[in-house]
Amino acid sequence: MGIRFILMVNKQGQTRLAQYYEWLTLEERRALEGEIVRKCLARNDQQCSFVEHRNYKIVYRRYASLFFLVGVDNDENELAILEFIHLLVETMDRHFGNVCELDIMFHLEKAHFMLEEMVMNGCIVETSKCNILSPIQLMDKTS
Amino acid sequence: MASPSLMDTLFQRGLDDIIKGVRHQQSSTESIFISRVIEEIRREIKSTDLQTKSTALQKLTYLNSIHFIDMSWASFHAIECISSPTFSHKKIGYLAISQSFSESTPVILLISNQIRKDLKSGNEFEVSLALDCLSRIGTVDLCRDLASEVFILMSSSKVFIRKKAIGVVLRLFEKYPDAVRVCFKKLVESLEGSDSPIVSAVVGVFCELSAKDPRSYLPLAPEFYRILVDSKNNWVLIKVLKIFVKLAPLEPRLAKRLVEPICDHMRKTGAKSLVFECIRTVVTSFTEYESAMKLAAAKIREFLMEDDPNLKYLGLHAISIMAPKHLWAVLENKDVVIQSLSDEDPNIKLESLRLVMAMASESNLMETCRVLVNYALKSDPDFCNEILGSILSTCCQNVYEVIIDFDWYVSLLGEMSRIPNCKKGEEIENQLIDIGMRVKDVRPELVRIARDLLIDPALLGNPFLHRLLSAAAWVCGEYVEFSRNPVELMEALLQPRTSLLPSSIRTVYMQSAFKILIFCIHSYFLQKEDMTSEVSDLASKRQCSESSDLATGKALVQSDQDEGFNPRESNQSYEYPSVVDTGDGQSSTPTFMEKKSLMHESIVNLLNLMELVLSPLSGSLDVEIQERACNVLGFIELVQQEFSNPLIRKEANLDREEVIASRVVEWVHDVFTEELGPVSVTAQDRVPIPDELVLKENLTDLEAICGGVELPAPGSFSLTSPYYGESAVFSVSNLQAEEDSEPSTESTSLLTEHRKRHELYYLPSEKNIIPANDYPPANDPSSSINTNDATEDLVKLADQSLVSKRKPNHAKPRPVVVKLEEGEAAPVVSKKPELKDDLLSGAIHDILLGNEAKAASSQSNPSDKSSSKRKGKAKHVDLLDSKENLAVGEQPNHENPSSRRSKHRGDGKQKSKKSKGKKNGDGREDDGEKESQKIRDHHGRHKSRQRADAPINVVPQTPDIPDYLL
Repeated sequence: MGIRFILMVNKQGQTRLAQYYEWLTLEERRALEGEIVRKCLARNDQQCSFVEHRNYKIVYRRYASLFFLVGVDNDENELAILEFIHLLVETMDRHFGNVCELDIMFHLEKAHFMLEEMVMNGCIVETSKCNILSPIQLMDKTS
Repeated sequence: MASPSLMDTLFQRGLDDIIKGVRHQQSSTESIFISRVIEEIRREIKSTDLQTKSTALQKLTYLNSIHFIDMSWASFHAIECISSPTFSHKKIGYLAISQSFSESTPVILLISNQIRKDLKSGNEFEVSLALDCLSRIGTVDLCRDLASEVFILMSSSKVFIRKKAIGVVLRLFEKYPDAVRVCFKKLVESLEGSDSPIVSAVVGVFCELSAKDPRSYLPLAPEFYRILVDSKNNWVLIKVLKIFVKLAPLEPRLAKRLVEPICDHMRKTGAKSLVFECIRTVVTSFTEYESAMKLAAAKIREFLMEDDPNLKYLGLHAISIMAPKHLWAVLENKDVVIQSLSDEDPNIKLESLRLVMAMASESNLMETCRVLVNYALKSDPDFCNEILGSILSTCCQNVYEVIIDFDWYVSLLGEMSRIPNCKKGEEIENQLIDIGMRVKDVRPELVRIARDLLIDPALLGNPFLHRLLSAAAWVCGEYVEFSRNPVELMEALLQPRTSLLPSSIRTVYMQSAFKILIFCIHSYFLQKEDMTSEVSDLASKRQCSESSDLATGKALVQSDQDEGFNPRESNQSYEYPSVVDTGDGQSSTPTFMEKKSLMHESIVNLLNLMELVLSPLSGSLDVEIQERACNVLGFIELVQQEFSNPLIRKEANLDREEVIASRVVEWVHDVFTEELGPVSVTAQDRVPIPDELVLKENLTDLEAICGGVELPAPGSFSLTSPYYGESAVFSVSNLQAEEDSEPSTESTSLLTEHRKRHELYYLPSEKNIIPANDYPPANDPSSSINTNDATEDLVKLADQSLVSKRKPNHAKPRPVVVKLEEGEAAPVVSKKPELKDDLLSGAIHDILLGNEAKAASSQSNPSDKSSSKRKGKAKHVDLLDSKENLAVGEQPNHENPSSRRSKHRGDGKQKSKKSKGKKNGDGREDDGEKESQKIRDHHGRHKSRQRADAPINVVPQTPDIPDYLL
């Protein structure tokens, strides 16, 4: 289970997207997000993007007002996950055109679909922007 | 609730409205708004109109994912949505299901049919939705029911579907290992090619699978190797490297082949993530390849030189993986490491701290610790404790291996406990006691340090240090003979602020005070024996002043002690005429003992002080404190008779009383001076459990009663009651008559008896160790009289375990450190893999080894090769055709003949389809032969693609793993 969860959180610590690849109850999710947000948002730009939390690692990156946080197993490649985050942002950028927090808020479903294209069972299965977006665009056209 | 009206349907709020609505709320009204929305949703979701229903579900899903609103109640509605013919409804339904269903969702089985229907759908997006959903929520039942559908999709003509089907396989294998028999072959075939999206998905799956059970995937090493060499996709390469990290330890020959391509990647690629993965692979798995390590170290150096904190962190992390075996890598980067200790990022600081400690050795330990402790004083509390923690754990490694000068270390411990932010009381406690027991030579210094800690009243206020103080108290009591001033210790132990301590630690204080008292009285007696003649004429005068001392003490007790009423005390006070006079000056801090001049009055003072402090505690609510207080008070009473009733009963009883008192003191003293050694942590396990002992009994009731009570520190004996004390004395004195041969160790005879019987669990006393530096044979013939067979086994066990290790000689002689070699004796519990994994790996093993066996046999007969491929294919067809084979899937793999027969059946069907593959295979075969010739000429320098072929001479069924890459 390489990736355990993907979170998008704004500067105020409000969750904007949460995708878990293992089952957690609502209470567990709430606690986890609270802890992580407290831990990561307090860090500054001069600090590294990796935080150890419980028995796994969090790799995070900030884009404007939005934090992308990915929880991964300890032996996962941190830099690859950073690249994954970047890929995700680029993909959304291409789809929404200069993506911002509001895009994700109002198109949460689409963001979820992009993630589903990219990650299955916590494994990254697709890394080409075209391949990720083509089903979504097709769906847009048909509906 | 009212049924949904037309109005609801017409004027339903969409998701966007809700999002906007929530945004416009103040944080205080947000929850009210949301609960109103939920009410609305509950009404709308019951609508028969699927549009209304799905919109309601969509809103609920949103609120669930962002605002943690429970949606488990809507699971049935979600199922209704996915059965809608409209794609957008389905989409909403599937999203809701993947987000909210768990194994325990009651309606989960209802979706099995719908998912199957969607998996068979002609619309690839519907298939993809169903696959995604299955990969998230697949339960055992779902996976079992749908395995065959997923298998069909794995051969779908659409890459989009095939990729997702492969993604689902992981879940399938995890929940329903038998699926392996159906899907595995297909999965392996998907590894062909090197850059398609399929490969990246498959490699991801194998990466996860091999993390759980690498051995099963060893036969696939050649495939992975080919990908490693050919692929241009960094994502895939990283995953393949991860797989090889798992495989390399299992097959030493792999490393030789892998080092070159990995180093190649490391040199050529520009992607930092790949470089880092290569570094990590090399430093974890290929540590014995010097050139690769050098290259990795150089790359790490590059990382460290960059400004990017991420690279710095990872670089330090990589070095710390190297550190245990290749310390040079740390030393080469010493500058960066030290510099990072003051980095802005706590994570980087932590990594560099680990490295600094890794560099610590016998020679530089003192300097390193001095610098770090100073640094800890200036750091923030968290990092300060990290530093202290890592110093403590480094120093105690392998029974204090790195420490030569224990006096220094003990004083370092003392220094560390005084750092204001120190929260490591517990660790320091353990080490103080441990060192005290193991290292005899350090005890005087240890007692000195402990004294310094005890007499500082400020430390008592810090709850983190309480444990540490309990260790200090224990040390002072146990090794009081090294103290310069026991009375000072006694006062420290009895100071009023000890009331701040938790009761468990207070009991340790009391016990230690008792030990010190015994020691003082004992030495007084010894001294007295020496100079009885001189004392006699001074006796009456001195005793006079004593009685007045005692009286003042009593008076104080009476006034102080309101709550702790003790009838015995008041009785006693009659015995002494109350003379209010003098005494005060004498009772304050007598300083003596330096020259062993123990005064009579100082003993009396001690007794008074103890009585004064302890008598209120005899009424303590804490059982343990109360009991100890009573014990000690009882003892004091006994001894006091001898010390302080001179005028009344002097003539008649003095001799006899004194004999009893001094004897009691002597016995107790003997008990206390008995050496306590470290005990192996596994010692308890080696004790056979008696038959009548019920360990499974529920003791929760008891726990509630003695919740706060902790066990006292090791070695604190307690006499259960003063009366017991006396009776014990008499029984022991009887023993004395019998055992005249052992003078002055009568009371320890019980202990020695115990020791004799349970020799195993004791460490030999220092006396035995120092000359021989070895342990006496555990199965001493005299002690084996009582032992039965079981214990004899234990004796052997312990015998093996108690091999002491000789240390090399140092310039400054290192004190003897008593140690147990626990590693060898510790019962090795073989960790059995979980049943599921077992099944999974078993299934994979069957398939792959079946493969190998066939491959090997086909190798010996080249023309058979293609047919063996077909054979595998045919097996699938068989499996799909008959359900029975699914159930007894093992058979075809084990029994070659039967699968051969099935091959013949499959032959006709497969020929046309596989002809291309066959051609390929043949071509490869030639390649392979050429290659293998080349290899024989110059050993292992080619990197071209090869099939997984076993050496010719390998017998098919042998469990030996063939060299897959040669």
